[in-house]
Amino acid sequence: MQAFTILQSRFVPLSIENIDTDQIIPARFLKATTREGFGENLFRDWRYLDDDAAKPRPDFVLNQPQYSGQILVAGKNFGCGSSREHAAWSLADYGFRVVVSSFFADIFTNNALNNGVLPVTVPDGFLQKLFSLDSEATLTADLNLQTISIDATGEAVSFEINSYKKTCLLNGYDDISFLLSCKDDIEAFEKKSFRVIEQNSRPLEFDSEYNLIGNHQHKKNNSKKFTSIY
Amino acid sequence: MGKSLFDKVWDAHVVKTIEDGPSVLYIDRHLIHEVTSPQAFDGLKKRGAGVFRPAQTIATADHNVPTMDQHLPIKEALSRLQVEALVNNCAAHGITLYGLGHPYQGIVHVIGPELGITQPGMTIVCGDSHTSTHGAFGTIAFGIGTSEVEMVFASQCVLQSKPRLMRINIEGALQPGVLSKDIILYIIARLSASGATGYFIEYAGSTIKGLSMEARMTICNMSIEMGARGGMIAPDDVTFAYLKGRPCTPAGAAWDEAVEEWRQLYSDADAVFDKEVDIDASVITPMITYGTNPGMGMGINEHIPANGAGDANFTKAIQYMGLTAGAAIRGHKVDYVFIGSCTNSRIEDLRLVADFVKGRQKAAHVEVWIVPGSKQVEQQAIAEGIDKIFTAAGFHLRQPGCSACLGMNEDKIPAGKYCVSTSNRNFEGRQGAGARTLLASPLTAAAAAITGYLTDARELLN
Ligand code: SF4
Repeated sequence: MQAFTILQSRFVPLSIENIDTDQIIPARFLKATTREGFGENLFRDWRYLDDDAAKPRPDFVLNQPQYSGQILVAGKNFGCGSSREHAAWSLADYGFRVVVSSFFADIFTNNALNNGVLPVTVPDGFLQKLFSLDSEATLTADLNLQTISIDATGEAVSFEINSYKKTCLLNGYDDISFLLSCKDDIEAFEKKSFRVIEQNSRPLEFDSEYNLIGNHQHKKNNSKKFTSIY
Repeated sequence: MGKSLFDKVWDAHVVKTIEDGPSVLYIDRHLIHEVTSPQAFDGLKKRGAGVFRPAQTIATADHNVPTMDQHLPIKEALSRLQVEALVNNCAAHGITLYGLGHPYQGIVHVIGPELGITQPGMTIVCGDSHTSTHGAFGTIAFGIGTSEVEMVFASQCVLQSKPRLMRINIEGALQPGVLSKDIILYIIARLSASGATGYFIEYAGSTIKGLSMEARMTICNMSIEMGARGGMIAPDDVTFAYLKGRPCTPAGAAWDEAVEEWRQLYSDADAVFDKEVDIDASVITPMITYGTNPGMGMGINEHIPANGAGDANFTKAIQYMGLTAGAAIRGHKVDYVFIGSCTNSRIEDLRLVADFVKGRQKAAHVEVWIVPGSKQVEQQAIAEGIDKIFTAAGFHLRQPGCSACLGMNEDKIPAGKYCVSTSNRNFEGRQGAGARTLLASPLTAAAAAITGYLTDARELLN
């Protein structure tokens, strides 16, 4: 994952509330099996007048040359809806490294952080102030200080991020490497919380004609006495 | 201090907690489908890692599959490639796949409970936000992104911060013709589309206790539509009766042990919640949405709110829907009716619709698609003769999949057309570019199919 420390950039204002993942990347563009190239279809149905993406909508901010930069500033409850990580991929692929809003959906926050995109939650008043700035204005997002500021005035607000995620992002670490390093703990946990139920609940397996052939890795092991784990 | 239902299940699955950070949460069951898994398998390969506990992952193909002629190869090349990638990835990693053509295939959140893969006290994740459905069984179940899917493949764990807890107490008797879908649409309209963000919900109260498992699943399914991480319901005898004898539930002595353990899954009397909401079920009427998020809903006989404050977001939504602020919605003409999705495509839903339309005919100008949630639901419907009732009414019973819920396959609602849908999202373009979605219960959807206009179904009940 790409590390993030500090970013100074102009920003793209999108003052719409409840921007859901179907707007960020419509479902019909989720058919790829790789993570690349989703930026092309970011906000696809708001960006173009036609289905072939030949006619850009002149009134949409991404099509207005005066707005640019690696920061997206959006209305409240950004990223609600589906769990599709394609939303974070499309923002990253388009070139956004920071999204500012007064409120983010949970799953989106995780997905963004897992892809090196920093979600910055700011008070509503500050958000409205950003929307009122002119298109030349630049912002600075500083992950170390946990602040975002308007460069021209120096006005800054701080934002929250848990220290684990902050460390990951500052260093470009990802969660999977961390979890792989926890294998011993995980195996010890499995032994400790061994459940009879678990052993008897494996998915059923079928042959190619859909005849039942047994349980997936079913281990007959009812020897351990049942003890509640709750 | 007592423990909540959520705490009991959560605590039993924490492997360890990172200081000022998330917990490593052990996952009992991982469900996957063709759309959000390929990049995770890819990532695994790049790392040279394998699937750690393949027996705990179950796959199906649902989002992208056609709902007609499923025995033929998928026509659309990209969809076909995605489904093929799932088949190959599952084979390579020893993951059970109930794919296209399999008697167990279906929408991931329909087949989990139906096969008994979903059991009380478990942690379940899936790369799909409506994983919250499984919470109806007293499980902690939530949607994850593809990076997290890769985490579960690699370690059978995810990193999660403990959410805040909200309990929604629903008391009182439902009016005739009001379904569990109306309860959840009512709750979301009250709390708004972001009103439960950061929370995990427990639904409790006498109304919930009186619902069937399928009705409970409809409620938990839509928890995400108010931003909640998930929703859950304490398991009881209704839950156990539903699960008994399902293909993947324990049998014999193991079943008795399981039930003994599951009976401990409830919130203690002195459990504390960060927020409590009380709902009076008796005031709920059949609901309909009029905007472009599920929080924009109201009783079908009410008027769309007037936009007194001149809210630009509200105006944008109403314009997209082609509706008028302050106007009535009842009587509005309908073009399509979609009965399906992981919210309302189970056998009870189809039975209810069949009962209602028996001996009636759809309105000539309406196209009606009924898409069962799984192969088993489809077969059951055929066995009960429900398919014949649908055909006689002019409804089209298709094959299982997500279908027009998200319009990834051919089942799209054309731009500008109105669709009364039993699914869970009415976002702009959700059912196809420019499509206008009105979320409702299966009964309200069926009534619209018959009259061709938004109708209070209660007037057509015998
Ligand atoms: S039916 Fe709709 S909401 Fe449910 S899993 Fe499929 S696409 Fe998602």
